[in-house]
Amino acid sequence: MNLSLRTLSLVTAALLALGMAGLAIGDSDEDDDDDHDERRGGWIKPGKDVQPVSNATYAEECGACHMAYQPGLLPSSAWQQVMSVDALAAHYGDDASLSDGVRLALADYLNANGADQARRSRSRAFSVGGAGTGPLPRITATRYFRNEHDEIPASMVVNNAEVGSFSNCNACHQGAVEGVYNEHQVKIPGFPKWED
Amino acid sequence: MSKALQIVIVTAGLTVAAPLPAAAANGAAAWVKEYPRSDGSPARSCATCHTADLTKTGKHAKTRKPIEPLAPSVNPQRLTDKKKVAKWLLRNCRWTLGRECTAAEKTAFISYIKSQ
Repeated sequence: MNLSLRTLSLVTAALLALGMAGLAIGDSDEDDDDDHDERRGGWIKPGKDVQPVSNATYAEECGACHMAYQPGLLPSSAWQQVMSVDALAAHYGDDASLSDGVRLALADYLNANGADQARRSRSRAFSVGGAGTGPLPRITATRYFRNEHDEIPASMVVNNAEVGSFSNCNACHQGAVEGVYNEHQVKIPGFPKWED
Repeated sequence: MSKALQIVIVTAGLTVAAPLPAAAANGAAAWVKEYPRSDGSPARSCATCHTADLTKTGKHAKTRKPIEPLAPSVNPQRLTDKKKVAKWLLRNCRWTLGRECTAAEKTAFISYIKSQ
């Protein structure tokens, strides 16, 4: 094989590999068993399922009381509900009032980065089917969230002193703060051998 | 500026810098005062989340997230940001007492925290 032909075949092989990797990523979100990240191999980074928080004010203000949930976990319309003056004053049982300047800046950030705006398909899934029927939308009430957690018994979360609530993402999802929610990085406190 | 006025301003400055023990004592008492809930949920006080010992790490009543100690003696960052102090006093008075705190109540809480 001469040099140029050899180069050409190498390039072809590389392109084919890229194509397959692309396919693997493309269909990964329909993959209920989350095995796709193993196929991604070393040179494609394991996927972030949701765009990590990139706004320092958001990280500080919301992260003061709870994990600063990524904007891509609720559609923009839901975030707008959460960020109204009245809704913040009665924020899931707490008072989370903000000055108007901060409130509007954070509302803009959420609006621009909601699940319905996301490119990552796992994030987009959070925009489908509403976010509950309560007075405020909830990530835990979205159809996608419920489907993904429907096999988890109360003993592991609600009745687990170290978890307490499905809202406590990072109690079990080790990569939650970075936007990584795949099941290989789930470690439920007190249930070391949990398997899906 | 007249000398009398200068003295008043200096005195006012001192009052802020070195809180009266009385205000701190009021704050200490108010800190653990419990406010019952009409919905049957546990009564609330400042100590619910911050504990009765301000040098200790507290815990958010709902989310369980740790709350760094409020006592400046162990957490010098505390009370250094006016906006932050105002924000939390507004929110936490509403949550705990069910209303906003009066200026005197806020002074008492700040004096108490400062003394810890």
